[in-house]
Amino acid sequence: MRLKLGVPSKGRLMESTFAWFAARGVRLRRTGASREYAGAVDGVAGIDLVLLAASEIPRELAAGRIHLGVTGSDLVREGLVDWRAQVIELAPMGFGHADLIIAVPQAWVDVDTLDDLDAVAAQFRARHGFRLRIATKYHRLVREYLRRHGVADYQLVDSQGATEGTVKHLTAEAIADISSTGETLTANHLKILQDPPVHCSQATLFAARAADWAQARAAAAALAQRLDLALPAELGTG
Amino acid sequence: MSMSEAIAADLLAQMQAAGAQPVAAGILQPAETLLDLYGEDIRARAYVTQDPGLGEMMLRPDFTVPVVQAHMRHGAEPARYCYSGPVFRKQEGARAREYLQTGFELFAREDAAKADAEVFALFARLLERYGLRAVTGDIGILKAAVAGLETSPQRKAALHRHIWRPARFRALLERMGGQGPLHAPRTALVHRLRAAPAPELVAQAGKMIGLRSADEITERVAALLTDAAHPPIPRDQLDRLEWLVSLAAPARSALAQMRALDWPALSRALDRLAARLDALDAHGIDTATLAFETSFGRTTMEYYDGFVFGFIAARTDLPPVATGGRYDALTARLGEGATIHAVGGVIRPDLLAAMEGRACD
Repeated sequence: MRLKLGVPSKGRLMESTFAWFAARGVRLRRTGASREYAGAVDGVAGIDLVLLAASEIPRELAAGRIHLGVTGSDLVREGLVDWRAQVIELAPMGFGHADLIIAVPQAWVDVDTLDDLDAVAAQFRARHGFRLRIATKYHRLVREYLRRHGVADYQLVDSQGATEGTVKHLTAEAIADISSTGETLTANHLKILQDPPVHCSQATLFAARAADWAQARAAAAALAQRLDLALPAELGTG
Repeated sequence: MSMSEAIAADLLAQMQAAGAQPVAAGILQPAETLLDLYGEDIRARAYVTQDPGLGEMMLRPDFTVPVVQAHMRHGAEPARYCYSGPVFRKQEGARAREYLQTGFELFAREDAAKADAEVFALFARLLERYGLRAVTGDIGILKAAVAGLETSPQRKAALHRHIWRPARFRALLERMGGQGPLHAPRTALVHRLRAAPAPELVAQAGKMIGLRSADEITERVAALLTDAAHPPIPRDQLDRLEWLVSLAAPARSALAQMRALDWPALSRALDRLAARLDALDAHGIDTATLAFETSFGRTTMEYYDGFVFGFIAARTDLPPVATGGRYDALTARLGEGATIHAVGGVIRPDLLAAMEGRACD
């Protein structure tokens, strides 16, 4: 059996992934027509390149349908329950940086930190009769973060896009979102809390615990050597 | 009938023999009520599903809320209820997601100590042959200690709100004592807020957006400035509270040690503990050896606010076999102010079946 490597199928994330592997002597390339999602790996034998949407790679890793996959560390943590039981982080790749942050209106001069947000949540609930709303699509990460910091009296409301606009449109009081630059936040009259971000995401090479490694042992060892990575013994590639 | 179902049926019969009336509850419960009581964290623990007409529903994570609601609709006091059926909790790893819970609840306005002791003694009797370790606690003592701190009502309210989140409670306590990681950011914030009148700061900060009004912001600014003018909570009081939350001793000894603190704010709560221990003695429970931990039940049972108890297996891989306690505050929130004095507990028959040495199903 061949080793399956899943990488993002388009855009800057794909290009940066190709460049990262190329810098280590492994050439990834797309094959066939430009719109056909097919690819090949040169430099190491026995590897199939699988082009996938970055958001689907966590699921494919969890199912063991690919051995290795490149995707954002945020997507793995958000998408997989108990992610450490399903994948192993092999290498942070140094691109695709994005911080998942919590932001509140700039006019909230009384709020710098989560300590303040928690106090405001209590005040807001007493005043308005419902829990302070935080709009996000990263429910698992944000809930876990707020639980760890002991924030109470809030609720998460789902927002799959244009999250920065939810406060202005009165569907949320605060937001939790990926902020690469912060410009969109400022334009929407929001500011970031001073605490460390919910998660500092970057593109990461993951290994799937559920994949059939015994059959792909030779290719895995060759690739690991080229990438200068030690494959964890628990994958059974020994 | 499976092993755990047989155990559940037997427990239920014994609870009925003890005067409890069996009640049924729907598996599907409205999510909103549970979310308002337990907060957003419950989404990580309970299964949420969608009904086209009724909106978000939850597979019941426990029976307490539906039983209290049923009692409020047509119960007279004192009332004893029992129930048995599956509950559903999200878990990581191999722990069961669906398991039986068999419970007993007592609603009685009179003599809390007697009611507490009746429930505990019943559970001790039902579980006697399993060789479990009983642990008791009393959230009421922590509440009294917070109320007795020499500090502002606002600080006490903030601490009280987080009694059930020990890490946050400790962080707040440190800040109020003028130390810890939250102290410096708060000092910096207050420094900035002193620079100009609040409405001016708000106007300079940016466009006013969202539902939280300028009034609410200036109100909290005023509260922050008032708070900053308050002296830190004295060190000796912090130390005393720290000692109290980490106290673990046999119940009679724990009572004597807390009495020896000579902290007037605790005296009524300690009188209640003493009355409960006397009532337990009357049921034949040995309170000289019964374990007491002041912080027991702070993390696992958010809604308990007085007496709490648990029965724990020697096997460390098992969660508590039975838990219970008093939850007057929960009934007050469910009843929009109309408090019903309530104490009760639940047993997990699947864990008892596992302890019988047979397959846990």
